[in-house]
Amino acid sequence: MALDGVKKLPKGDTLARRAWRRLRGSRLNLVCFAIIASYLVLAVLGYAGHIPDFQQQVAPKFSPPEWSKPALWLGTDVFGRSILFKLFAGAKTAMTLGLLVTCISLPVGLFMGSVAGYYGGKIDGLVQWIYSVIVSVPYILLIIAISYILGKGMLAICIAMGVVGWVGLCRMTRAEFMKLREREFVLASRLLGAGDARLIFRHILPNVMHIAIVAASMEIMGAIKAEVILTYLGVGVQDGASWGQMISDAPGELMIGVWWPTVGVSITLFLIVFALNKVGDALRDALDPRLV
Amino acid sequence: MIQYIVRRLFQMIPILVGVTLLIFFLFTFFGEDPARVALGSHATPAKIAALRAKWGLDKPLIEQYLQFWREILTADFGRSFVSGEKLSTVFKQGAFVSLSVTLPPFVLGTILNIAVAMLVSWYRGGVFERFMSVIFTACMSVSYLVYVILLQYFLAYKLDIFEINGFIPGMKGVAFLFLPWVITMIVQFGPDVRLYRSILLEEAKADYVRTARAKGLSETKVMFKHVLKNAMIPVITYTVVEVPFLVMGSFVLEKYFSIPGLGDLLVSSVNTGDFPVIKGVTIMIAVAYSVFNLVTDVLYAAVDPRVKLS
Repeated sequence: MALDGVKKLPKGDTLARRAWRRLRGSRLNLVCFAIIASYLVLAVLGYAGHIPDFQQQVAPKFSPPEWSKPALWLGTDVFGRSILFKLFAGAKTAMTLGLLVTCISLPVGLFMGSVAGYYGGKIDGLVQWIYSVIVSVPYILLIIAISYILGKGMLAICIAMGVVGWVGLCRMTRAEFMKLREREFVLASRLLGAGDARLIFRHILPNVMHIAIVAASMEIMGAIKAEVILTYLGVGVQDGASWGQMISDAPGELMIGVWWPTVGVSITLFLIVFALNKVGDALRDALDPRLV
Repeated sequence: MIQYIVRRLFQMIPILVGVTLLIFFLFTFFGEDPARVALGSHATPAKIAALRAKWGLDKPLIEQYLQFWREILTADFGRSFVSGEKLSTVFKQGAFVSLSVTLPPFVLGTILNIAVAMLVSWYRGGVFERFMSVIFTACMSVSYLVYVILLQYFLAYKLDIFEINGFIPGMKGVAFLFLPWVITMIVQFGPDVRLYRSILLEEAKADYVRTARAKGLSETKVMFKHVLKNAMIPVITYTVVEVPFLVMGSFVLEKYFSIPGLGDLLVSSVNTGDFPVIKGVTIMIAVAYSVFNLVTDVLYAAVDPRVKLS
């Protein structure tokens, strides 16, 4: 076997460390990481009860932005509630939604893709059948149907998006497993007596994890974007603050000259989606094991 | 080739069975009761039961499911519960309306975006490319709905360039369709160009490109005669599978601009439990999706002599 072509890594130099070194290189990437981190902090603060209650009336309705108090920096809405605090509460909703959807779709996608790609044959046929059926039905129909089963709201759209969202990752994982299961390192450990579970989890899966990490950042982003659309179509988050709700209110507000809620929510949403997009791209390049 | 197509068509059957079972299960057990919706909240149980009997909703489930298949095989889904119209006419009109919203920007946008992607990969490795890649990501990061709201506000309301909303069938309706077209093209710009660019760059790394350069071809010839031709293969794969969804139109645009297309029809029929409409639209989409996947594979083999269908 040609081992001379393999570059020996310096001691203690892991894939993660090298990836981080590559990511650090670009200032824009660091800014994007900071944006994601601050939204996550906002969400955690929201759960800990350290964010001011957005339901409180802080000024007359539709007050334009002013600098006197933080609550008024972005003006108020139709009930005189602070837009800034509403955006903070929306960050909590959005991040929760993104993470929950990912927590459902990531393990399912990885598991289904792994077994389909590793075992092939009948199991592969079954997995392919399941996801072909799911992608053949319009996405929106499944989401609405599931929200009827579970009652409209946060949980329903999380589960619905999770049920639909694993397909992409499953396909990629499956293709990767089909390639890797024939490779020498897998054959070698099989000859050494490793069982299926050990081969899947210990040997092949770590080589697929970079796909999963990128898919996770895309999944969070997709969920946040989809919430806006679903809320507009009437099947999204019903109670609590959500950016989707604020965007659905925007056309009416713009018509009467109230521009600040629209601008506020558009920029808030843009920043997190942009950051996740950019980080997803950067991770894709940084984690690719082919580029040592 | 014929053998391959026939076999693939047979492979569609299990998928269709899955789709019918899923839809049937979801909407018989969980959806809105169409009889209750149609009669309002003050209807007596007897009246609801009578209407359910008229629509055949009281029959055994297995019989209802078989009826579903009878409808698929005859391509006749009966009448809508809500409007009472024949579904074949409803679908024909709806699909036409949806296509008039989605098809022109799809065709124009695809051509335009491939051109932009070629421009970007032409100047690869420079400041221009880095700048453009930030622009694509930024374009992709704006929410669809924000695009719709802001573009309508500025282009139609403030600047008065386009009609705000509404729909008239026929050529007169084109004025109302301009804004949705512009919006669709802008929304598609970021993701499309990014995808096409990565395809073109992937091709530009291939060995045959080096060979073409080595034998002294000009950079333009390499780009148009070699790279572009080969890049068309993945481009076709990505665009052809989009086509069935064009018939569906766009839920958001149709709702926002009050355009009576299939997307809007589907969403409202779910809310009223209009099962015939749900069944019909879903089956149409599922069949179209499988067929277009097959078309992609056949096209693949047609453009690329290395690909053998088996």
